[in-house]
Amino acid sequence: MRFIDEYRDADKARMLASQIRELCEPGRTYTFMEVCGGHTHTIYKHGLEDYLPEAVTLVHGPGCPVCVIPMGRIDDAMAIARRPEVIMTSFGDMMRVPGGQGSFLDAKAAGADIRMVYSPLDALKIARTNPDRAVVFMGIGFETTAPSTAMTVLRAAAEGIANFSVFCNHVTIIPAIKAILDSPDQRLDGFIGPGHVSTVIGCRPYEFIAREYGKPLVCAGFEPLDVLQSIYLLLRQLAEGRAEVENQYTRVVPWDGNRRALEVISQVMEPRPYFEWRGLGFISHSALRMREAYAAFDAERIFEVPGVRVADPKACQCGEVLKGVLKPWECKVFGTACTPETPIGTCMVSSEGACAAYYNFGRFTRRRIKETSRT
Amino acid sequence: MCLGIPGEIIELIPGPADLATVDVVGVRRAINIGLLGEGEVRPGDWVLVHVGFAMSKIDEAEAAATLALLTGLGQAYTDELEALAESDIT
Amino acid sequence: MTVNGAAHPSREEQVLARIERARRRRPKVREERITLAHGAGGKATRALVEAVFVDAFRNPALEPLADGAVLDVKGGRVVFTTDSFVVNPLFFPGGNIGDLAVNGTVNDLAVCGARPLHLSAGFILEEGFPVAELRRIAESMAEAAALAGVQVVTGDTKVVQRGKGDGCYVTTSGIGVLEREITLGEPTVRPGDVVIVSGPIGEHGITVMVARGELDIEADLASDTAAVHDLVATLLDAVPVRVMRDATRGGVATVLNEIAQAAGLTVVVDEAAVPVRPVVTGACELLGLDPLYVACEGRFVAVVDGEYADAAVDALRGHTLGEGAAVVGVVEEDPAGLVLLRTAFGGTRIVDMLVGDPLPRIC
Repeated sequence: MRFIDEYRDADKARMLASQIRELCEPGRTYTFMEVCGGHTHTIYKHGLEDYLPEAVTLVHGPGCPVCVIPMGRIDDAMAIARRPEVIMTSFGDMMRVPGGQGSFLDAKAAGADIRMVYSPLDALKIARTNPDRAVVFMGIGFETTAPSTAMTVLRAAAEGIANFSVFCNHVTIIPAIKAILDSPDQRLDGFIGPGHVSTVIGCRPYEFIAREYGKPLVCAGFEPLDVLQSIYLLLRQLAEGRAEVENQYTRVVPWDGNRRALEVISQVMEPRPYFEWRGLGFISHSALRMREAYAAFDAERIFEVPGVRVADPKACQCGEVLKGVLKPWECKVFGTACTPETPIGTCMVSSEGACAAYYNFGRFTRRRIKETSRT
Repeated sequence: MCLGIPGEIIELIPGPADLATVDVVGVRRAINIGLLGEGEVRPGDWVLVHVGFAMSKIDEAEAAATLALLTGLGQAYTDELEALAESDIT
Repeated sequence: MTVNGAAHPSREEQVLARIERARRRRPKVREERITLAHGAGGKATRALVEAVFVDAFRNPALEPLADGAVLDVKGGRVVFTTDSFVVNPLFFPGGNIGDLAVNGTVNDLAVCGARPLHLSAGFILEEGFPVAELRRIAESMAEAAALAGVQVVTGDTKVVQRGKGDGCYVTTSGIGVLEREITLGEPTVRPGDVVIVSGPIGEHGITVMVARGELDIEADLASDTAAVHDLVATLLDAVPVRVMRDATRGGVATVLNEIAQAAGLTVVVDEAAVPVRPVVTGACELLGLDPLYVACEGRFVAVVDGEYADAAVDALRGHTLGEGAAVVGVVEEDPAGLVLLRTAFGGTRIVDMLVGDPLPRIC
């Protein structure tokens, strides 16, 4: 596939890996956070850590929209989904995420009409063809996905489709990164920046990370060579004593982002004063809600939701994993009580959640490479 | 966090809905191109597709430049290292 | 490195060992109700079958949980199998529920080494289902049966109220004879064996997903549904075979996991060697799916001794249904019970059993 296969070339990977090794100062260790769950998925799916020296550690960040949705919001969505007149629509990613009272799949098994869609536009289509039902779209995702939801609302308004609404759980990446930077146990040397979010917000919003926190960020693409090259660029900045925002993903990400997409978001949505993130707690201005002008499309206003905060399961250490303080396997319940079949924390649910990615793909990677390097 | 796949614009679908057909190695789907600038994409252009929307037009020159950099990186860097090593000796 | 250099295992290794112990524990059904995941062919299906059915029916013929049961009857060995078909939509490019139901059961018999002979067919029809469609389904079944050299010799029909079924469900059972003096099964698998798939994978699953129309995508795709008994016979004539499995629900990944677990060995798959048609790759990229988990209906996995690898692939490729056959991996000793993938990018990762349905993802 064009724009994909050429960035999966093993020869180029070997070359980059040798340069990454050379850039590492003896005796020094490097910890980088890949903010985005898509990168976590890439790293594990392609076995990218096999190319990294022991001195480089990758920490998986909070950029998995499914992983950061708090249990209370899932229960709210479930309360809407259980209403007989409602068709709840959601991306496949959301179906297995457990709330306080089970997941969408469980609710579906118990009779709720919950349908999986590929695009919010598909949800709008369902609304068009089911005029006697209330069709709700479970809006999740960062700035990459928010414009699609907002655009769909604009289409619904333009076409006068009154039985469509959005349960808005869109979140924004910058406050989350800031929360991690301000966390006292943070020991990061740099960031692999979220490429697809950046198609919308551009690279400028990250500049404070370099300026105020002195940490480099490289905005990265999602093929394994993209990630490897970004790690190389981060190491080079550190070697040269620089802390800047660089763009590795220039084929897709314009430095200034997508102004039209930002306009569409702000036309339909506004920042919430605060929003709870699973594991990270409340972060101010970190999520979006529907504007008053689009109240008719706001499921939160149309339906009564419990709005009860549900504490994360005690044993679950998703918060520490999301902040990068713990490696997935360091969590007390990892792999025994908490597995992809019976997830306790959200990081084990989405295939790009740090724990699920490590459990499904990564468990043997490092160990085997250590074994072969010894022989 | 967001699955984005490169697809080629096959045709623009006339009408108010801002739709276009994209092809991902033989798989076709109508996607919305309303988030891109007016007239920004034409058939033959490549876009990044996310949840049924074109998020960004793929810059072919930049794509080639990244690959060229990856290919050239090896040699340039080796040269640089050698130069650095030599300057250390003197 | 110095930290981990000590003789006792690192904490990470201890955790990994604990996980493997947990994985080997008998699966439990924790859910109070059946979910779609219980029918997806992966871990949940396995757990349900073991915890409910094997528990109730326990006997030596059932317990290997192979594609069919090998039974000793007077004068020889027969293989007996059954399969139900609930595909939606009923008609899709490349086939329909009818030929699928015949081929599926024929294939289950074939990969057990048997020559398929007789089939039964049970129909559960929904009130209001068009007779013309039922006729089309029956005609496809007859054609598929003729092609496979089997006869549908007994059957049953039930009708349920409108809304209680999905138009038409079909269950087929089949009997075949094991004429060859062979014993197939995971216990015969050895380190050094190679793993072969009989053709490009994932076409059926993706075709059906696209044909459902919910994803609004179009692609030039057709199901790979076909009876593989003749292809299997060609392979068995050419080389000794350790075990064969029909790679249906849960895809090749699930079958390989079952082989690795039952044999207590590792299957190491070479990603670049796995045959996948470009259009299937495209659909999988778009939907965030892994072709290794997508169902096939006319492909099987075979394990043979490494020294017969070329002969086996040559034999398969000489047959029209096996043109795309390829060696995709090797069997190794350690770590037991796992499937590892050497990625085309040059890394290593685990390929675990499917959890739940393969859901398209956006993230």
